[in-house]
Amino acid sequence: MVQYGLWLGNVLQGDLGTSIITRRPVSSMIAQVLPNSLTLGGLALLLSSVGGIILGVTASAYRDRWPDQIIMGGVLLGSTLPAFWLGLLLILAFAVQLGWFPVSGARSWESAVLPVLTIGLGGIALVTRVTRVAMIDVAGRDFVMLLHAKGLSPARIRLRHVLRHALIPVVTILALRIGWVLGGAVTVEYVFARPGLGSMLIKALAQHDYPVVQACLLMLAIAVMLGTLLGDILQALMDPRVRSAMG
Amino acid sequence: MKRFWPIATALRSPKGAVSGLWLALVVAGALLAGWLTPYDYDIQNLPGAYAKPDGAHWLGTDEFGRDLLTRILYGARISLSVSGVSIALSVFTGMVLGAAAGYLGGAFDRAVTVFVDLTWSFPEILVALILVAIIGPGLTGTMVAIGVAYLAQFTRLTRAQIMAIRSETYVEAARSLGASNAFILFRHLLPNALAPVLVAGMLATGDAIILEATLGFFGLGAQPPTPSWGAMMASGSALLFKAPWIILFPGLAVAITVVAINLFGDALIRALDIKTRLREA
Repeated sequence: MVQYGLWLGNVLQGDLGTSIITRRPVSSMIAQVLPNSLTLGGLALLLSSVGGIILGVTASAYRDRWPDQIIMGGVLLGSTLPAFWLGLLLILAFAVQLGWFPVSGARSWESAVLPVLTIGLGGIALVTRVTRVAMIDVAGRDFVMLLHAKGLSPARIRLRHVLRHALIPVVTILALRIGWVLGGAVTVEYVFARPGLGSMLIKALAQHDYPVVQACLLMLAIAVMLGTLLGDILQALMDPRVRSAMG
Repeated sequence: MKRFWPIATALRSPKGAVSGLWLALVVAGALLAGWLTPYDYDIQNLPGAYAKPDGAHWLGTDEFGRDLLTRILYGARISLSVSGVSIALSVFTGMVLGAAAGYLGGAFDRAVTVFVDLTWSFPEILVALILVAIIGPGLTGTMVAIGVAYLAQFTRLTRAQIMAIRSETYVEAARSLGASNAFILFRHLLPNALAPVLVAGMLATGDAIILEATLGFFGLGAQPPTPSWGAMMASGSALLFKAPWIILFPGLAVAITVVAINLFGDALIRALDIKTRLREA
């Protein structure tokens, strides 16, 4: 308990301790790899939201017909394949066989393509599923019927009116599962040997380098909480009832 | 036998039948691994290393010349038992905690909810990594880690179920007849909350297989020479160029099994007609 108090006091002053293995201050190690992880996580989040919303809207538009079935089949695969295995397969296909992208590292922008794709595919699956359900749910409400009665084109109704309502649960899920993206980043960084929080954490775990383990977990926990907070704010901004209450 | 009719109904749909068949095959393969294959999972045969898939070794051999199919079959034992045991632990503890919290309410409920919300917001892999860091790598560590990682889910689900049915008229009737808290909980509330929690447990077993493989891939699960699907892929990842089949087949085993569990779970949900009850939580 006293030790924890000391540690917490040091952390608040920006001192995360010294690594047992490398004998360097943990805070400088973290500062070195943090930008890599943030880029990876941010790009993956962007890819999963954009890709997932497009696919989800498409699937709901063709509900129970073949485009829907193909997309939902892909979603099941995307949410059940182990991320690290998917990463290895992508390396095998695009880096080894085709030679389009580097196998590992974080030197150029090309090296980020495969890791982002690996995390993003799982995220796309999640967002697609939520978007599809929300779209179908909203499309059944009374005001949509009114819009149809007014003679608006179905595509316009879907994109301008239904999607706007359907995005609210999507943002909620994205905010709640932001940690899930980070969790994916942990494994994927390790697979692609990218310097980052995740690969540092796994390496430190294997070497019993506890100050580093502690610091990495603390950073990830903070990221999860910030993500959730950001999601709450975004959701409040999107909901006109909350917006009018604030303004 | 009336209790088992949902499984029979689930097996009658095409998706349920195919996925059920695959799951039965994997379980049989895991149980009968010793009889099914002429090879050993741990005897090295260095001259025969890196053999491509052929008649003698259907799925090829690994870097020590061990038959890959044999190791996948024995690996199924580890993967299925570790994920099964940890989810069973998790479901049991989650039901006890959730039922007690939902039924008793008050300070206990608040304490449980705080704990659940805390672990719920973190991805399972992080919770598991934290616990493995504390307990240490190995099979026990993996099981406890996976068990705790999914605890929040079952506690939450059971609590929601109990809250939903505890104010039903028949519960009130039982209480007015003088039934004790324990009697009401075990005789009336838990049996009614059971089906959704068990199905959620089955779906979580699929995720647990992936989590186990991921921990194994990091070298934190079963230690060599014990074959586990994750550890096999870890050793294969360094040999990606030389022998891609070493990572390909264990990964396929994981992927197909998890997809099968999900499809079968969906069929069960449809057979039990509990979709809305699962979504409430």
